[in-house]
Amino acid sequence: MNDIATSHRGTVSDDVLISVDGLKMHFPVTEGVVLRRVVAHVKAVDGINFEIRRGETLGLVGESGCGKTTTGRCILQLERPTAGSILFEGRELSGLKGDELRAIRRRIQVIFQDPYSSLNPRLKIGEIIGEPIRVHGLIPDKAKRDQRVRELLAVCGLNPAFADRYPHEMSGGQRQRVGIARALGLEPDFIVCDEAVSALDVSIQAQVINLLEDLRDEFDLTYLFISHDLSVVRHICHRVAVMYLGKMVELAETDELFDNPKHPYTRALLEAVPIPDPVIEQARAHQIIKGEIPSPINPPSGCVFHPRCDIVVEGCPKAVPAFREVKPGHWVACTEV
Amino acid sequence: MALLEIDELKTQFFTSAGTVLAVDGISYTVEEGETVAVVGESGCGKSVSALSILRLVADPPGRIVGGRIGFMGRNLLELSDREIREVRGRHIGIIFQEPMTSLNPVLSIGTQLTETVVHHLGYSEQKAASRALELMEMVGISDPPRRLEQYPHHLSGGMRQRVMIAMALACEPKLIIADEPTTALDVTIQAQILELMKNLTRELGVAMIIITHNLGVVARYADRVNVMYAGKIIETGTAEDVYHRPRHPYTLALLNSVPRVDQQRSAKLDPVEGQPPDLTRLDGSCSFRPRCRFAQEECAQAFPELAYVGDGHRAACFRSQEIAAGLEQVA
Ligand SMILES: Nc1ncnc2c1ncn2[C@@H]1O[C@H](COP(=O)(O)OP(=O)(O)O)[C@@H](O)[C@H]1O
Ligand SMILES: Nc1ncnc2c1ncn2[C@@H]1O[C@H](COP(=O)(O)OP(=O)(O)O)[C@@H](O)[C@H]1O
Ligand code: SF4
Ligand code: SF4
Ligand SMILES: [Mg+2]
Ligand SMILES: [Mg+2]
Repeated sequence: MNDIATSHRGTVSDDVLISVDGLKMHFPVTEGVVLRRVVAHVKAVDGINFEIRRGETLGLVGESGCGKTTTGRCILQLERPTAGSILFEGRELSGLKGDELRAIRRRIQVIFQDPYSSLNPRLKIGEIIGEPIRVHGLIPDKAKRDQRVRELLAVCGLNPAFADRYPHEMSGGQRQRVGIARALGLEPDFIVCDEAVSALDVSIQAQVINLLEDLRDEFDLTYLFISHDLSVVRHICHRVAVMYLGKMVELAETDELFDNPKHPYTRALLEAVPIPDPVIEQARAHQIIKGEIPSPINPPSGCVFHPRCDIVVEGCPKAVPAFREVKPGHWVACTEV
Repeated sequence: MALLEIDELKTQFFTSAGTVLAVDGISYTVEEGETVAVVGESGCGKSVSALSILRLVADPPGRIVGGRIGFMGRNLLELSDREIREVRGRHIGIIFQEPMTSLNPVLSIGTQLTETVVHHLGYSEQKAASRALELMEMVGISDPPRRLEQYPHHLSGGMRQRVMIAMALACEPKLIIADEPTTALDVTIQAQILELMKNLTRELGVAMIIITHNLGVVARYADRVNVMYAGKIIETGTAEDVYHRPRHPYTLALLNSVPRVDQQRSAKLDPVEGQPPDLTRLDGSCSFRPRCRFAQEECAQAFPELAYVGDGHRAACFRSQEIAAGLEQVA
C-alpha cells in the first residue's frame, strides 16, 4: 500500500469488508397498460467487480447515468440484483433473512445528496435521528436515547438544541450534518455516501468533507464515496473506480489514478475538470471529449466507450475488453493500454 | 467607454422577515468582447445582480432601489418597459442554468429560434429559417433540420444548453449574461459547452458576464473576476491577481476550501467556519467579520470600501495591505 495515501487519509487494513462480483442490475422497460410486456432492459450496472477494505474510502466516479447510484443501492439491498454476488464480511447479502438481515442492514447506512428530500419535514431533528435508534432497539430508554441524539448532534458539529427544530429551519449544510448524524446513530461499519457533499457550497462542502474524514478515523468507518466531483474524490478517497455505461473501466489507488490515468475515458474526465488556477488553465491543451453518454438500453457493441474514444482501433466495436490488472493494484478495461 | 457600466446598483426584497439587501451597491464594468466572472456562494446576490441588469427582478417583492446601469449610451434603469424588452434578446442575450425554464416546452426548437429573429430583426419567415439552420450548426448540433422540428424535452441537457446559446446569439448581441450555464451538467458536457461559449464569444466579439460558484470555471474562462459576498463585491481584478494574490480573507478562504484534482493531497482542507449572514440583518460593519480570522476592532466600525491593492486589483478589507505583506503566515 502507498505510504503517502495511507498516512494522509487514515489507515486501511488488508481485510476485505465488501466484495462485489459480477454484479448486474438490469431494469425492465415495459410497454402496454393492461398487459405489460418487457420490451427492453436498462443495463444500469452490467457486470462489475470490486472489493472494499475495512477502513477504506473507495471512490466511484463517472458521468450521470453510468450506474453509480444503482451500485450503491444494490449494496444497500434497496435493489435485487439481476446477477452477481455481494459479500459482506464474506457472507452473501442476498441469502440473509430475519434478524441477521436486520443486523446487517443496521451496519450498512447511506447519506444522500439531497438533505431536503431525505429528511421528513414533519419530524423534529431529534426524532429523525432518534427513531432509527429506537426501531433497531439500540437504546430502548427514551431519556438515554435523547441524550445520545444530543451527543450525535455535537459530534456532527451542530448545536444539541437543534434536536427541537424542524428540517426547514436549517441550512443545507446543517441538514447534511443531520443526515450524517442519523446514519451514525446506528453505529454502522459502512456508509454509502451518494453525492453527499455535491449540493453544498464550497466552504460548507469543505466543512462536511472534514467532518466525514474525522468520523471515519474516530469510528473506523468504511465509505463507498459516490461522486461526480473528481476533485473531492481525489481528496477523500484511498482508491477510485471509474464507471462508464454500467461497466467499470478503471480502478487504482487514488494518486496513481489521477497522476497516471490509463483508460481514455478516465483521461477525458480529468481533462474536463477545470483547475482553480488561471495560469495552469492557460497552459492546458483542453482536449475535450466529444459526444454524450449513450442510452444504457442499447449500449454500443464491443467496448461501450468506442463511439467517443479518441484512440479507437478497428477491433474495439467487436470485443468487450477484459478488465485486467496492468500493474499491481491498477485495473483497466481497454485493449490499447 | 466600457460596454456596460454598473454603478452603485442596489436591489432589495421587501419581505415579512424584513428587507433583504440582496445587491448592496455593486459597481463594475464590462469592456467590449471581454469575459467577466461573478463568483460567490449561494445567496450572495449573483443572480439578482444579473436579473437587475435585465430588469427582470420580480416586483413585488423585489425592487431596484438605486444605481445606474449604462449600456450602449443609455441608463437601462430609465428605459420604458417596451424599450428594455427590446434590449433583452436583441442586444443582451441570456443563458440560464436550467434551459427547461427558459425554453417554451410546447414550441418546437425551430419556432423558438425563428420567432426571436422575426421579432427583433424583422426577418422574413424564409430568412429566419435559414438563420435558424445556421445557428444550429454554429452551436455544434448535428442534423439541424431534424432537430429544429423537435421539442425541448426531446433533447439532452447539453443539447438544450446549446439551443439556449443559439437563441442568445441569434440577434448578434453585444453582451451575453450566463447565469450558472453549466451547473446542472456533467463535467464533460460542461467543458464542451464552456469551450463553445468561449470560441463563439471570441469569434463574434461578444462580451460575456458568467455567473458561477465554480472557481475552476472562472479560472478557465474569465478575463476578470468579481468575488461577491453578502450582496457586495469584496474583491475584483484579473483572474491571475485574484487567484495568485488574493487580498480579501474571504477570497483566501474560498481558495483554501476547494480540493485540487491536479495535486496530491497534502493536508486537510482549511475552510472558513460558519455560514454567510442573513441579508436582512446586516449592521453596516464588515459582513465577513463573524467568520474572519483576521478580524479586529476597527472591522466592527464600518464597512471597508473597495480599495486598490494593485493595478486594476481592488479588495474591500481593512487589512488587505497587511495580507499582501504576508499576514497569512502570521495568522
Ligand atoms: N428503477 C429504475 N428503473 C429503470 N431505470 C433505472 C432505474 N434506476 C436507474 N435507472 C437507469 O439506470 C441508469 C443508471 O442510473 P444511476 O445508477 O442512477 O446512475 P448514476 O448514479 O451514475 O447517475 C440510468 O440510465 C438510469 O436512468
Ligand atoms: N423573490 C425573492 N424574495 C425574497 N428574497 C429573495 C428573492 N430572490 C432572491 N432573494 C434573496 O436575495 C439574495 C440573493 O439571491 P441570489 O442573487 O439568487 O443569490 P445567488 O445567485 O448568489 O445564489 C438571497 O439572500 C435570496 O434569498
Ligand atoms: S478498447 Fe478501444 S474503444 Fe475502448 S477504450 Fe480502449 S481503445 Fe478506446
Ligand atoms: S475588514 Fe476585517 S473582518 Fe472584514 S475581511 Fe478584512 S480583516 Fe476580516
Ligand atoms: Mg446518482
Ligand atoms: Mg443564482
